[in-house]
Amino acid sequence: MARQRPLSPHLQVYRLPLPAIMSISHRMTGIILSSGTLMLTLYLVALANGPESFALAQKVIAHPIGMLVLFGYSVALFYHGCNGVRHLFWDALIGLNIPAIYKSGQVVLVLAIVLTAGLWGLIFSAV
Amino acid sequence: MLKSSSMKTPLAEARGLGTAKSGLSHWWHQRLTAIAMIGLVAWMCVIIVMLIGADYPGAMAILSHPVNAALVMLFIGVGFWHSSLGLQVVLEDYVAHEGVRLALIVAIRMVLVLLGAVSLLSVLKIAL
Repeated sequence: MARQRPLSPHLQVYRLPLPAIMSISHRMTGIILSSGTLMLTLYLVALANGPESFALAQKVIAHPIGMLVLFGYSVALFYHGCNGVRHLFWDALIGLNIPAIYKSGQVVLVLAIVLTAGLWGLIFSAV
Repeated sequence: MLKSSSMKTPLAEARGLGTAKSGLSHWWHQRLTAIAMIGLVAWMCVIIVMLIGADYPGAMAILSHPVNAALVMLFIGVGFWHSSLGLQVVLEDYVAHEGVRLALIVAIRMVLVLLGAVSLLSVLKIAL
């Protein structure tokens, strides 16, 4: 009979520390961003196809749900991008200690928010 | 199979010679494409801001500009490749069944190649 050994980490009751949450978020945003390849393809096909299909694409984008999807996508993009740069620093063996990992994690979160706000500021001033 | 000058088996010939020098390529390509994406994403953000309020002739003009067209095409090539490499790692980590895992990796790569080809052709059609 198998002995009842403890499982570790017990994900249901274990509160993940910030670096762990950011690590799994990097993967999740990566998967979300991959779906953007389809959105980009559809947009380019619509534009290449002519004015009617492009008008439809613009209508979808301008719809509140379209805007919400784009906003979520931009959050994922800036988070994944900033955290990706953090990973590149780690690959160069820079910032690989626990205090630095927490600090760079906070920097990434702030930067992602600032860049998202900046992009949407530009979008709303351009429209 | 490689022609061998000795009577050793291919495995015996390869042993002790180190790796086939390709073990690092997935990791390395993921990093190279990541670095390229920093600049490409920054430029894409500029293009997206310009495109979002544009009408049909405006959008055509933006993507007809050679620099924009070239960068969008680079973004598609590099970005879709980065995506394929990343999704492959996720599948390798979480899908235990070897056959299912391989099928998914192949399927995702083929879908991304298809989407990439369609996107590139669309940009060419717009720009040329």
